[in-house]
Amino acid sequence: MDWGALHTILGGVNKHSTSIGKIWLTVLFIFRIMILVVAAERVWGDEQDDFICNTLQPGCKNVCYDHFFPISHIRLWALQLIFVSTPALLVAMHVAYRRHEKKRQFRKGDQKCEYKDIEEIRRQRFRIEGSLWWTYTSSIFFRLVFEAVFMYAFYFMYDGFQMPRLMKCNAWPCPNTVDCFVSRPTEKTVFTIFMIAVSSICILLNVAELCYLLTKFFLRRSKKAANPKQHPNHENKEETKQNEMNELISDSCQNTVIGFSS
Amino acid sequence: MNWAGLYTVLSGVNRHSTAIGRIWLSVIFIFRIMVLVVAAESVWGDEKSSFTCNTQQPGCNSVCYDHFFPISHIRLWALQLILVTTPALLVAMHVAYQQHQEKKLLVLTGHADPKHMEEVKKHKMRISGSLWWTYVCSVVFRLLFEAVFMYIFYMLYPGYQMVRLVKCEAYPCPNTVDCFISRPTEKTIFTVFMLVTSSICIVLNVAELVYLVVRACARRGQHNSNPSSGKGSFYGHKLSSEYKQNEINQLLTEQDGSLKDMLRRNPGLQEKGDRCSAC
Repeated sequence: MDWGALHTILGGVNKHSTSIGKIWLTVLFIFRIMILVVAAERVWGDEQDDFICNTLQPGCKNVCYDHFFPISHIRLWALQLIFVSTPALLVAMHVAYRRHEKKRQFRKGDQKCEYKDIEEIRRQRFRIEGSLWWTYTSSIFFRLVFEAVFMYAFYFMYDGFQMPRLMKCNAWPCPNTVDCFVSRPTEKTVFTIFMIAVSSICILLNVAELCYLLTKFFLRRSKKAANPKQHPNHENKEETKQNEMNELISDSCQNTVIGFSS
Repeated sequence: MNWAGLYTVLSGVNRHSTAIGRIWLSVIFIFRIMVLVVAAESVWGDEKSSFTCNTQQPGCNSVCYDHFFPISHIRLWALQLILVTTPALLVAMHVAYQQHQEKKLLVLTGHADPKHMEEVKKHKMRISGSLWWTYVCSVVFRLLFEAVFMYIFYMLYPGYQMVRLVKCEAYPCPNTVDCFISRPTEKTIFTVFMLVTSSICIVLNVAELVYLVVRACARRGQHNSNPSSGKGSFYGHKLSSEYKQNEINQLLTEQDGSLKDMLRRNPGLQEKGDRCSAC
């Protein structure tokens, strides 16, 4: 179970996303996950081994490293990426539920169901409206919240986004104050800024998608308000009621006929 | 065989689970197994090499590490995840058995065409009857394993917190020696994270258990008020009545056949045979 598996899981969600959602997913996988795996992990690979303190006191290096790096950048990014990509699964679950309902309708032989076979239901792409719109919007909202929370956690833990070369440590058992040197600080700063920049782009994409969905929603509502008779849902409701009435009439007619014949 | 292999095996079970069961499986794979593989394993990667003791005594480092970490967190979590996910295989086995029975039924009733066979393989089994009991047992076992491992964790590493310093006096360390653990804060963060997700999984399992019990009671109540609406397996309901009729017909023809044989062998029984022809 690794990033590849996550890609497979989220690939399915891609079908039901908006165009901005698809761009967001691409940016996430190529510019964040892939960079993390092929580049950033190597840069941070020797972070503790090459964290050197100017002392022979055993344990001082461990304690100082732990003091300055409560949680490594790499792990924070991994957690951030996992949390940011999982709200999309809410949408996947909702789509799966809708598909299941449509399959049930189809199997019952419901005449309202316009699909020719089950394969068509499986392949169909659902429009983002109704309850699915709410699920989708909530998922974007959660993504935004997680991105913001992790960016803040980064800023809070590492006092800005820059990696210093030298840290002065006086935690026990270090004698007095000890100079400790971080390995590859410039490269780490470059990658930190890169990941922050891409994270900001993802936040912008999410905000844009949210605005797009809201605009679509209000446009659709105003269209509905302006043309109530031409609305397909409204037509279907009328048809449904007429169908029900017809069924009731035919049933009662049958019963009457049977009653007469007996 | 690795976590991906386990994922393949358990994805099949996913189809026959309840909605809560599917959520539980997603939480297990994404928030526990995936976090373990991509993050936690690298945090604990250098746990022994960076475990430093304030001594030059050979062997003291190893002995102290062994004393304080009888089994590493990572291995405990791996065991926990494997044991917690495998009861779902009970359900998979039961479903496979039921599908096999349905296929046999189809063959017996002459519906053994490829289309029907595919249908049996593809349709989702209802969690009722003996499958319900298997499913409930699997959920109970999951809960048990989660609780047992959480308790083991608590016993081995009191308070779930990783300390920076441990004082060790095991032989051959001279007197008491200070030993420093690598990345204690990061380890504490991940321990708490895994603990929280474990608790979420326990809550999901309890919710699933309650849901199954309530559904069974509701179905029983519905059954008592409407006995003719009982449904078994997908084809069971359609075919069971046909199957019964076929069995009856078979028995009748066999009886007829054996009666005729008997009459042929014992002509004196003809009268009795005449009287019994309606049996």
